[in-house]
Amino acid sequence: MTWAGWLLALLQAALFVAAAPLLTIWVKRNKCWLQNRRSPSLLQPYRDLAKLFRKQVVLSENASPLFRSAPYIVFAVTVLAAATIPLISTQLPTTAIADMIVLVGFLAVVRFFLALAGMDVGTAFGGMGASREVSLSALAEPALLMVIFTLAMSAQSTNLASTVQYLHDAGLVLRPSLLFALFGLLLVAVAESGRIPVDNPATHLELTMVHEAMILEYSGRHLALMEWAAQLKLMIFGVLIVNIFFPWGVATELSAAALLIGLVAVLVKLALIGVVLAFAETALAKMRVFMVPQFLNLAFLLALLGALSHVILEVDI
Amino acid sequence: MALNLALAAVLAALASAIVSLAAHRRIGVLKWLSFPLLGLSGLAAAVAGGMALAGGDAQVAQLPLGLPWLPWQVRLDVLAGLFLLIIGIVTFAVGIFGPGYVSEYEHGDHPLVQLGFFTGLFIAGMQLVVLANDAFMFMIAWELMSLSSYFLVVFHHEQAANRRAGFLYLLMAHVGGLTILLGYGVLATFGGGFDFDAMRVVELTPLWASVAFALAFIGFGMKAGLVPLHAWLPEAHPVAPSHISALMSGVMLKVAVYGFVRVTFDLIGEVQWGWGVTALLVGSVSALLGILYAMQQNDLKRLLAYSSIENVGVIFLGLGMAMVFMGTGHEGLGAIALIAALFHAFNHALFKSLLFLGAGNVIQRTHEQNMERMGGLLTRLPYTGVFFLIGSMSIASLPPFNGFASEWLTFQAALQAVALENGVLRIVIPFTAAMLALTGALSVACFVKAYGVVFLGQPRSRRARHARATAWGMRGAQGMLALFCLLAGVFPNVMVGLLGNVSQLLTGARMASATQHGWLWLTPVSSTEASYSAPLVLIGILLAWWLIWQLLHPRGARSVRRGKTWDCGFGPLNARMQYTGTSFAMPLRRIFSPVWRIDEKVERQSEAEGLRVSRLSHQLQVSDHSWYALYEPIGRLVLVAARRIARLQQGNIRVYIAYSFFTLLVLLWLIS
Amino acid sequence: MTIAQFSLPEQLVLILAALVLFTSFALLAQQRMLASIHVFAWQGALVAAATAMIAGVYDKHHLYFSALMTLGLKALLIPWMLRRLVDRLGIAHEVETVVRPALVMLAAAALVVFSYYVALPIEKLSSLSTRSTIAISMAVVLIGMLMMVTRSQAVSQVIGFMSIENGLFFAAVVSTHGMPMVVELGIAFDVLVAAVLFGVFFLQIRESIDSLDVDRLNRLSETDEMNGTRE
Repeated sequence: MTWAGWLLALLQAALFVAAAPLLTIWVKRNKCWLQNRRSPSLLQPYRDLAKLFRKQVVLSENASPLFRSAPYIVFAVTVLAAATIPLISTQLPTTAIADMIVLVGFLAVVRFFLALAGMDVGTAFGGMGASREVSLSALAEPALLMVIFTLAMSAQSTNLASTVQYLHDAGLVLRPSLLFALFGLLLVAVAESGRIPVDNPATHLELTMVHEAMILEYSGRHLALMEWAAQLKLMIFGVLIVNIFFPWGVATELSAAALLIGLVAVLVKLALIGVVLAFAETALAKMRVFMVPQFLNLAFLLALLGALSHVILEVDI
Repeated sequence: MALNLALAAVLAALASAIVSLAAHRRIGVLKWLSFPLLGLSGLAAAVAGGMALAGGDAQVAQLPLGLPWLPWQVRLDVLAGLFLLIIGIVTFAVGIFGPGYVSEYEHGDHPLVQLGFFTGLFIAGMQLVVLANDAFMFMIAWELMSLSSYFLVVFHHEQAANRRAGFLYLLMAHVGGLTILLGYGVLATFGGGFDFDAMRVVELTPLWASVAFALAFIGFGMKAGLVPLHAWLPEAHPVAPSHISALMSGVMLKVAVYGFVRVTFDLIGEVQWGWGVTALLVGSVSALLGILYAMQQNDLKRLLAYSSIENVGVIFLGLGMAMVFMGTGHEGLGAIALIAALFHAFNHALFKSLLFLGAGNVIQRTHEQNMERMGGLLTRLPYTGVFFLIGSMSIASLPPFNGFASEWLTFQAALQAVALENGVLRIVIPFTAAMLALTGALSVACFVKAYGVVFLGQPRSRRARHARATAWGMRGAQGMLALFCLLAGVFPNVMVGLLGNVSQLLTGARMASATQHGWLWLTPVSSTEASYSAPLVLIGILLAWWLIWQLLHPRGARSVRRGKTWDCGFGPLNARMQYTGTSFAMPLRRIFSPVWRIDEKVERQSEAEGLRVSRLSHQLQVSDHSWYALYEPIGRLVLVAARRIARLQQGNIRVYIAYSFFTLLVLLWLIS
Repeated sequence: MTIAQFSLPEQLVLILAALVLFTSFALLAQQRMLASIHVFAWQGALVAAATAMIAGVYDKHHLYFSALMTLGLKALLIPWMLRRLVDRLGIAHEVETVVRPALVMLAAAALVVFSYYVALPIEKLSSLSTRSTIAISMAVVLIGMLMMVTRSQAVSQVIGFMSIENGLFFAAVVSTHGMPMVVELGIAFDVLVAAVLFGVFFLQIRESIDSLDVDRLNRLSETDEMNGTRE
């Protein structure tokens, strides 16, 4: 808990925030390559954000102060959530502020304010997006919590850094519970970050949008913050998946060499998972809204099977 | 000292009741005498409860009331102190809220005497229940509480629906009271006396202990609102005046929880893990069904009432886990679960009263109880809007508020289930925790609906458009409760430390590790296993917000431009084009449709050979399954039985003489 | 011993067992006929792979033959026969609506917990390192029966029956490291004959009642009033 530790933690958080658009554009580039299209350059999302920050904000006459402050709250809480995740090292003090359940709580705050912002202006789009978002994510929560429990049963902890440390130190152990938890978390991550097959991040058609419907009325810097928060959320889930289930390379001590290896390792892993996501988004079609509960039930089933296989197969009887 | 203060609180409440007898057509008496006395009572009770909770031995006394050979015994220990603190805080808030609220009853023929008199008796009854140290005083105070709240529920007795709701409430309160009395009867028979000290020392056989537990669970569960014995709650809470609804939902349900904890953990003592599993399952079912039913309500107060059922389910889930851990010999883990449950009870009292007071405010200003006729009230009632937002965030378990802290502790307690030996329990407890996560997410959905439809968007009726601002007292009460919600959430270690005293009394263990690392970190088991720093979370959010503002807010930016809401080019939007509460709840209604009894009818009339729709009507009724599955059959059974017995009433004088004749014969035979 | 102390092949056995359980759930949820048959084939393949793995870990060479036989029969031959049957009946792309899928899934999860509870004393008696999969195999049997109870299509019932047999075979492999070869061959041929008979039987059912819904076969009840009001 030294000052150097806190400073490093702040730097890690800043890096997290700065690298989030990079993951999104990397996924997009892979999708374009798979679909035989020309992709934008890797710097495009940064240019888009900069453009949005320069533009003037146009607010509806009916927007309340909550509408104006929601982007800041959403972005601040997402940044705080990102700061508590071990991106490069497990030894930074910020990971003790919040454990996995608090992380789920942070995502709930983000969802709460997004939905309220959607309902604020009094349009049908916003209400629709808010209604769908809270209904679908209500079904994702038990799956996410079951995944956390499965991990906590193996690692004896809900603290992210302890879990990553434990799985890193255990070496290569093929656990059925973690296999199921991985797939459960993948499905939940797709649902929560609003990717195909649950929600299409690239469209603004009424029938197909959930997240976009809630932020439809935003413009200028508010829209920039909301989009950046969405990219950050995708990166949060990506880092969770790669660092928990494939923890090799994570820095377990605060030396320069270990941190450098940690940085390179996490970048490579995120790149790989970006490719996987691009394949999945290209191969699958977006589901009907009322088929999404089945998708999330599958995620819950996988997580439950993970917990069951831990109790049945992995502990001493 | 603390006990004297508590008794002074009771006297202040009784004084408030007596003073209100002079309130006929004189609202000033209510506003400036009754409510301030109630506020004093609340303050005294809160201070007394806090002092008792902070530690020290139990204080006992004997009151010169009651039967000659059975005077009333009072006792103020840490458990009673906790609940007295809860009663005190909410009563104080109601005392501040009341004067502004009752000013709407100034004109018109409202029974003001009843309102003031029975409110005072209600508070006194609840305080006496918590202080009681023998079964006799407990039951009298319980009756006082139930009866006075009945008269408050039927305050608006002009409408038949309210009278029916009051009757159902009275009926179920008495059935529950009877069951509780039977439970005390079992304990008293084996203990040899009605006072709690005798009941504490006796050791019951497992069978009789289970009988006593079952009676206490049914009786107190009915009062607390567990499914399926909950039908009175969503009927009675909405029709009472809003500050009474706050007292009923925020405090009376907690008094029922107090009774349950007192009987099970203190009087019976040796808990069996089977009871814990029962409480766990009933609690999780109540939580899930409560929030699902709340989601579909359009009456704001009914939504809040169903949400109380959900939170009581969560409390009983925590208590059930505590019983499972204690019954299998893990007292330390049981302490964690018990502290989580009691912390949630404390938090629920705070945020539910805040929400009901806010709802009362809104209803008073708009004269509408239906959410579908409100909207856009954040600009008309800004203070209420902010405080209701804090209440909604607390009840939806969002960090850094208090609802999240208690739910986090409940999850941590559930995670400790891996220490159990029984493999089935090791799976069932995490499964119920997953169901708890589902109810948490559903409560987010429910309160997004409640807040969004009431305070955001466009006003849906003329009255919502012209709502006037609120009195200062009403704002002050809500602000105070909101501040407590924030403080309890940001400094959970304070409450957790105090609750450790309670768990020490009841389980013999306290969660010492929780506050081991100072006021900044909450670590239930150890710092590597789970830690949560609520102050740092709040600082982090504020710091990030400030940094974003500084770094990303462009210097000298052109001010925000206002324009009309985008309407896709179809023309001006009106308030009817936005989402209603019913439409907001539709996806969940479809996904969970077996849970409710849904009658939906769509009628369309078309002209021009079915090409153009000229009239469209939609009817939707969402009702409670338990009403048709449980209550109506019981009602029918009672009527059938009554009809059979009514055959005794022949109306023929010879038959009545025959009855007397046969009774005389039987008595003569018995004497001989 | 906890899983971290097992060797890598033993961990792989546990993973394969968990995947077999997953295919049981997948069979329960699958509504399309062809996909059901494919999942069933995968279940057979996974059971064969697990058997081969156990053969490798414990040097029981006869288990290699059992694995090969299971692979040939359960993963290749019987699915092929079912596929042919389904094509002849013309129901290859039929979708069968499962009533209350969420409840069925919860019931299946409860069955897994129950089989764990029942199998625990048996597991304590065994000293093999794969003993914890006994509960899994019992769960596969029970979920196969659940499938027979909750499905109304005749072909789905056959698949449920076959997956029960998968579970029994797997139970034999993990608890006693295989049955005597004669017993195994006998059971295998019985299953094969059953598959042939099912094919013939279903064509007959379809001709007589013009559908493959086994709920329509309840003309076996004695009371006439109920049946009289139906078609």
